Amino acid sequence: MRSEGIRAIWAVLTVVGVILLFWYAASVPMNIKGVLTEFERAGQQVDPPKAVDRRDMSEFELVIDNPYAIDETWEQDRPRLPAPHQVAEELWETTVEKKITSKRSLIYHSWVTLSATMLGFAIGTGLGILLAVGIVHSRVMDLSVMPWAIVSQTIPIIALAPMIIVVLYSIGIQGIIPKAVISAYLSFFPVVVGMVKGLRSPDAMQLDLLRTYSASSSQGFWKLRLPASMPYLFTSLKIGIAASLVGAIVGELPTGAVAGLGARLLAGSYYGQTVQIWSALFAAAILAACLVGLLGMVERSVLKRMGMAQ
Amino acid sequence: MTNGKAVIEANGLNLTFQTNDGPIHALRDVRLSINKGEFVSFIGPSGCGKTTFLRCIAALEAPTGGTLTVNGMTPDEARQNRAYGYVFQAAGLYPWRTIAKNIKLPLEIMGYSAKEQEDRVRNVLELVDLEGFGGKFPWQLSGGMQQRASIARALAFDADILLMDEPFGALDEIVRDHLNEQLLALWARTEKTIGFVTHSIPEAVYLSTKIVVMSPRPGRITDVIDSPLPKERPLDIRDTPEFIEVAHRVREGLRAGHSDEE
Repeated sequence: MRSEGIRAIWAVLTVVGVILLFWYAASVPMNIKGVLTEFERAGQQVDPPKAVDRRDMSEFELVIDNPYAIDETWEQDRPRLPAPHQVAEELWETTVEKKITSKRSLIYHSWVTLSATMLGFAIGTGLGILLAVGIVHSRVMDLSVMPWAIVSQTIPIIALAPMIIVVLYSIGIQGIIPKAVISAYLSFFPVVVGMVKGLRSPDAMQLDLLRTYSASSSQGFWKLRLPASMPYLFTSLKIGIAASLVGAIVGELPTGAVAGLGARLLAGSYYGQTVQIWSALFAAAILAACLVGLLGMVERSVLKRMGMAQ
Repeated sequence: MTNGKAVIEANGLNLTFQTNDGPIHALRDVRLSINKGEFVSFIGPSGCGKTTFLRCIAALEAPTGGTLTVNGMTPDEARQNRAYGYVFQAAGLYPWRTIAKNIKLPLEIMGYSAKEQEDRVRNVLELVDLEGFGGKFPWQLSGGMQQRASIARALAFDADILLMDEPFGALDEIVRDHLNEQLLALWARTEKTIGFVTHSIPEAVYLSTKIVVMSPRPGRITDVIDSPLPKERPLDIRDTPEFIEVAHRVREGLRAGHSDEE
């Protein structure tokens, strides 16, 4: 068991190592032209010396001709592709070293996005479960709701989000709600699909057994269908919460919001602050991983308590 | 052995399923009367309607013709009066409930008090030799023990009739012998009327006071054998001439049913 754990850690570290190596390697050609331009401006000897001549040259050639510039490709202020340690430094500075109340704190921005995510996730999950219960119990709902639920997910959210925000703004709703609505829009679907499958998971024999007890359909729901759907629900929730986070971030983009991870991404791209963009991206990824991991822990403990996990 | 009172009576019972390939005669003209306290086995090849007949008694299927009464009532009324407990081919225990909680399931649905539930669970666990396993989850028990728990669940609410649809079909022969022995002991203690579907000739002969031989297409009864074996049945009764003779007659009945067909 222990050696297996160590092997798993090695496997993860190896993959991370390969990614980091590739990333550093990619940073060099990505940033070389910008570095050489800076050197030229500073009056340093560059080969070839004129920007016009460098423009059409391959990046790899430039790297080979100017090997002394390689170090600088990892240290630019506004690189095309920031090096991993630059992103890590930015993450450190904007999380640990900044006060949480600061407008530059990623914790603050993450919290803004997280609150919309959680609200949207709660709405989406509640809606998803309600729809699933309806679909399972009513043939009419099965035929009428399910196709629309599927169609709803074929519309690109990036196209829909501005409309949702504009429509809600025109009836006086703004702030966290529009973001939560977009977030819910993305997260209800996996919950519907998973819960419909879960609520239908009891087989004919189990349903027959309840019939022999003359059980009512609400008894069937609470005693059989709902507990049987729990493993399906948790799988859906894990997909749903990641979708919720994406929804909340997307919801921050079209409004030009001043706070939130989406706002950080947008501001970063306005001002060419690539390091800021990448650190916001990583913050979002770390946040998503934490949320999914947290749900995984809840899942394990609930299923264990229910006796469904060994 | 019986007091001559019929608890299940079928007369000219017909059941036709409408399918895309035309009607299927699952049961045709079934006439049978089962007395209180009898152990009746239904045996025949698949498609002979043995399970369908059991499901008709349980009101899980609706006959398309003829009459069927259970305790003098329609099967639907009988079910509402908790006339029978049903044991399926698979134990079908809820994985999220302990064995005791699984046995409580019908009691909760039928609205027994918490105290009553506890007492009954204790009684039936003892009846199927599962004392001390109430707190275990189903996956912690062997297949045979799970099936015993499902029998306990069917016994928990005092139904007079126990309907069993190939309950030991998925178990190996050694476990099966053991459970058959236990089932006979249980039957002797509780004096239930048992309807038992099987496709094993030795099982049917060993357990039953009455063996109903059925045959397919259309599903019908070809022979009803009242067993001459005594009520006390050790496992080695299966080597006696009487046992072999009954088994022989069952086999003949099954063969006759088949030759009708080809």
